[in-house]
Amino acid sequence: MERIVTRGRAVRRWRDLVLMLAWRDIRIKYKQSVMGFLWAVLMPALVVGAGVAVQYGLSWYSGRPVDTANLAVVAVKSVPWAFFVASLRFATNSLIANSTLVTKVYLPREVFPVAAVLSQFADFCVASATLAVVLALTGAGASAALLWVPLLVAGLVTLSLGLGMFLSAGALFFRDVKYLVDVVITFAVFFTPVFYPVEIFGRYREAALLNPVAPLLVGLADAVVAHRTPDLAWASYSIGVSVACCVAGVIAFRRLEPLFAERI
Amino acid sequence: MADVAVAVEGVSKKFQRGELHDSLRDFVPALFRRAVRRGTLPDLASREFWALRDISFTVDRGEAFGVIGGNGAGKSTLLKLLGGILRPTRGTVRVDGRLSALIEVSAGFHPDLTGRENVFLYGTILGMTRDDIRRRFDTIVAFSGLEEFIDTPVKRYSSGMFARLGFSVAAHVEPDVLLVDEVLSVGDFVFQRRCMERMRQVLLQGTTILFVSHNLHAVADLCRRVLLLDRGRIAAAGAPGPVVQAYLANALAGQRDLGDREVYVSRLTVRGSAREATAFRSGDVAWVDVEITARSSCHRLSVTLYVQDESSVGVFNTSTERLGMGTFDLQAGEAFHCSIQLDLHLAPGTFYLGAAVVRYDIQREYDRWLPAATLLISADKDVRGIANLDPKVVRFEPDAAPRSSNAR
Repeated sequence: MERIVTRGRAVRRWRDLVLMLAWRDIRIKYKQSVMGFLWAVLMPALVVGAGVAVQYGLSWYSGRPVDTANLAVVAVKSVPWAFFVASLRFATNSLIANSTLVTKVYLPREVFPVAAVLSQFADFCVASATLAVVLALTGAGASAALLWVPLLVAGLVTLSLGLGMFLSAGALFFRDVKYLVDVVITFAVFFTPVFYPVEIFGRYREAALLNPVAPLLVGLADAVVAHRTPDLAWASYSIGVSVACCVAGVIAFRRLEPLFAERI
Repeated sequence: MADVAVAVEGVSKKFQRGELHDSLRDFVPALFRRAVRRGTLPDLASREFWALRDISFTVDRGEAFGVIGGNGAGKSTLLKLLGGILRPTRGTVRVDGRLSALIEVSAGFHPDLTGRENVFLYGTILGMTRDDIRRRFDTIVAFSGLEEFIDTPVKRYSSGMFARLGFSVAAHVEPDVLLVDEVLSVGDFVFQRRCMERMRQVLLQGTTILFVSHNLHAVADLCRRVLLLDRGRIAAAGAPGPVVQAYLANALAGQRDLGDREVYVSRLTVRGSAREATAFRSGDVAWVDVEITARSSCHRLSVTLYVQDESSVGVFNTSTERLGMGTFDLQAGEAFHCSIQLDLHLAPGTFYLGAAVVRYDIQREYDRWLPAATLLISADKDVRGIANLDPKVVRFEPDAAPRSSNAR
């Protein structure tokens, strides 16, 4: 009985820690800024804006008119992409940024990358809500296909968590990881169908979809804009990879954790 | 009641000197080197050192246990092992119950957040749930005395306010085992006293305390057993008096460079009623034994005795000549002994004793050894300062015949 109470307490403590650290990160991000929490809407809006600008640029160049459905697709894909990118950056730095806590106080250290992803997820929710309002106003409509959205988002969050675990531990031992992540993320937008439809990759379409983020983004666009069921084979592939990555990430993290305080 | 809360068995901890491979650029060549010279890693092995070696002890539930030692003795490493922050290279550490460490009071604070937000953040980091904090919030803030500033970002706090709020949170975690590392070095005198009072209170509630400090007076006052670490090994363990004395004897010895002095203070010890002692109660009688040794013949000598407080301010001094004892002469190789009885009317705290051998008529001081011994004074009455004037309140009442209110 006592053991159960202790265990329950530990779980509650873990939950409170993650929430508190995520809340701290959100709070700090918007402290002493005039716009405050509006930035959570503005930042993804800028990403969407960039995507829309690319679409207009292409249409001007090729002489074909801009397809408004295409704009919606770009918007629906770039908001989760922005979340994914920010999560990885933030999670990678999470242990280093909290080095005083890692070396001075005992905490279950996985709370740092988890809280980092969670704080980005809060921003993602704000941005998604805004996007939903815009889509509703522009008459995007709703259908049963929207029910796929939570599953696809969960896949993306799981993938972010898994990679976040790996990368935060990696960056703790080798700071190079931080820079590698920055470089890879900067280039990844060219190899991920965010601003472009996946068909642009032509016969390399399958290769492009091997990137586990790609089927999730394409699936989200399918469900939200085209109102059709996502490609289930590719979606399950992505989710499978995400879960495997998350499990492996947790195991690797736990294995390395005893060395954290000494090697940071 | 002899229920063990902390058990440390044969614990050793190895660290590496110098820089570790911090980037892949260093690491990859190192891997190659390792592959080439497999098995033998002399450069790596020689850089290792033992921060702790073969440490074993147990702490009973509800006990206050002190750990002392010089810088680099391994005290903080030991606490980090107990806290689960580091893993021992060898041996086992077992802590029974919920543990909280008061290691760096404000490590968990964020400057941009307000006092209130930081109480919640830091409390959670130290192991409280949000409900715990909500319940104790008012007590914590009242303890810190920062009610007016609780909604101000802590970056606008003074460092003393920062430390006070941090300690207030940490002091209300109510763990089963509390690790305290050198919290008393921050904050002013009043704050330090409050920390000590709170620790005593926590102790009464049945919490086990492991207390690491350079403040020997505080350690001797709070703990019933003390462990002395010296370069990673246990040098002494047991009742605070003898252990603190062993530490001081160790620390003060070896600091003396006699140079080419003709005559010098060769020994200074302090006795209580019977044997050598360091801890006294205010008002106790102590005997200071001084031995003077001559290397060449010296004349008309006398012994001066000094007492200083912790900040090296002179509290008291006297000399055998000023006490009317006359002078003495010594031939080469001869020694002279003198014992001086003192009534220690000192306020609680740490004081240092020293002696000099002088010749007054030619204004020459041959040797001065200060500090040569330490006095740890405790008192029943709460008196502060340097001296204990042994106050007794003999009248404490309102005026029997009050004057009219507008009288000057």
